[in-house]
Amino acid sequence: MADAVQIPDEADVRARWGSFAFTPENMEKARTIIGRYPEGRQASAVMGLLDLAQRQVGAETNTQGWLPVPVIEYVAAQLGMPYMRAYEVATFYTMYNLAPVGKFHVQVCGTTPCMLRGSDDVLAACKSKGLVKGGTTPDGLFTLNEVECLGACANAPMVQINDDNFEDLTFDSTVALLEALAAGKPVKVGPQIKRQTSCPEGGPSTLKAMVTENHDYRGEWK
Amino acid sequence: MSLQDKDRIFTNLYGFQPWTLDAAKKRGCWDNTKKLLQIGADEIIETIKASGLRGRGGAGFPTGMKWSFMPKTPTPERPNFLVINADESEPGSCKDREIIRHDPHRLLEGALIAGFAMRARAAYIYIRGEFIYEAKVLQAAVEEAYAAGLLGKNAAKSGYDFDVFVHRGAGAYICGEETAMIESLEGKKGQPRLKPPFPAGAGLYGCPTTVNNVESIAVTPTILRRGADWFKSFGRENNAGTKLFQISGHVNKPCTVEEAMSIPFRELIEKHAGGIRGGWDNLLAVIPGGSSVPLVPAKEIMDAPMDFDGLRALGSGLGTAAVIVMDKSTDIVRAISRLSYFYKHESCGQCTPCREGTGWMWRVMERLREGKADVSEIDTLFEVTKQVEGHTICALGDAAAWPIQGLIRHFRPEIERRIAENKGGQMLEAAE
Repeated sequence: MADAVQIPDEADVRARWGSFAFTPENMEKARTIIGRYPEGRQASAVMGLLDLAQRQVGAETNTQGWLPVPVIEYVAAQLGMPYMRAYEVATFYTMYNLAPVGKFHVQVCGTTPCMLRGSDDVLAACKSKGLVKGGTTPDGLFTLNEVECLGACANAPMVQINDDNFEDLTFDSTVALLEALAAGKPVKVGPQIKRQTSCPEGGPSTLKAMVTENHDYRGEWK
Repeated sequence: MSLQDKDRIFTNLYGFQPWTLDAAKKRGCWDNTKKLLQIGADEIIETIKASGLRGRGGAGFPTGMKWSFMPKTPTPERPNFLVINADESEPGSCKDREIIRHDPHRLLEGALIAGFAMRARAAYIYIRGEFIYEAKVLQAAVEEAYAAGLLGKNAAKSGYDFDVFVHRGAGAYICGEETAMIESLEGKKGQPRLKPPFPAGAGLYGCPTTVNNVESIAVTPTILRRGADWFKSFGRENNAGTKLFQISGHVNKPCTVEEAMSIPFRELIEKHAGGIRGGWDNLLAVIPGGSSVPLVPAKEIMDAPMDFDGLRALGSGLGTAAVIVMDKSTDIVRAISRLSYFYKHESCGQCTPCREGTGWMWRVMERLREGKADVSEIDTLFEVTKQVEGHTICALGDAAAWPIQGLIRHFRPEIERRIAENKGGQMLEAAE
């Protein structure tokens, strides 16, 4: 916990976010999320609502979003739970940003399967474009973090930027990706080499019939 | 003979075809599910038991037996729940992701069948927060299934009412532990609970609950359709079925692939992953089941059967069948030290041996990596891993200890070499 960020709760944060409320659209989404849990168990929705709130903050600030303390208070109030319970959740899970981030939150996976396939190169590429681990670039465009396994190990190394995965990266393709994002150009999500998802490169070793048609194998059952 | 395409369960594994209900039905999903349920809850459990299916989430507990622990006559005030563990976070594992984004209806049909068999009123699918696209697909698939009458009231016209809800996590490896997952579902920090009571007695909201891995649930419809004997015909005794293997690291073509259990390591790699980078002589070691299991040196794993018992015999485990391959270019101490950092990062902080131990072990591992240590510290480190192992509420402490124990067991000379090399250059610094 020593490396946890300081949580801003200054007067200016309160002034900016003190009157936070869900947009009508998000309020509707919040009701749907709460509706998934039994009567009286609405606290279960806290994770979903915090995510929703972070996204709304993101939309208002043109960043990935974060959770200022007054916003956490608002979510807790919506669910009738003590603020501290919501705050505990916000600080426990890594996907809640407790300090502002840039427009693109670059999360480089550095765990062993990615490390073996070259996550050092991905981090070096980020560094070459001026990104600093744990910091945001002065133009507010990129925040860089090294994160733990994101579950795309057969497509290592990979990076998650906001809601999208970029996989099978190299130094060069990472640089190209960051440049395209900075220039506001469209980018290709998923593997950055010619490859279908987690299929072996060059084509599948199994289930080849599926490549061209939605094959039904039941006829071959005996 | 190796597994044929007609015997593969996840036919749309790579997403060449759409995941949607229409396409999934053409592949055989939701085909007269009502008939599968008509054999009755007990008979379904018996079939799953007879199939030899063992949990695909890592521990390998027999799935049918797990279901049989659930109360047979739940009350409306205290319903049974099924929780599906899609919090795939074990380094190396990336199979549930493929099921969810490319074949979600197999999972949803399995949820109805498993839920019916254990008399559950609803299933919660706990999907890790970072699977953002996958959660969108899953939610859309759930909505399709409701619209088609396959879930909800009178699900698939079976007369059984069953709901499925998607719950997104927010980044915490520990929530893959079943009681931490239940805590998280209740809107709390994901800190594991003491057992007993076991979830089948008091789980989600204090109600009887069973937590199953995505793959375990998603294979059940096919087992019921093709019979327990069909499933059992793959793999060695006590290691039945087909399995999704995830091959990462130093192979020519990393991939995820469904194969028969007990396939020899060499065959798995040659057939699907294009061989070891630089050839078989270049293989150093393999972590065969995700980061929590000890590594196995090249010569021991090469011709070993990839199943629960075969890998346990090598002092390791099948885990989630996440095969991390390391060739001779690997800095093996760094590879394991990076896992130690992972466990330090993911420790929930509840139990002292794990909270303090994971950080301590990582710091010593980093010193060993650079050789800035004394040889006796290798023994001290081993001793500390033994102090952490088995002394925590959940298995995260064990999972942090085992990779280090595996490293010391098999690569002690390499660690000692670094220390000797370093001592030649400089005096040992005083301990901090």
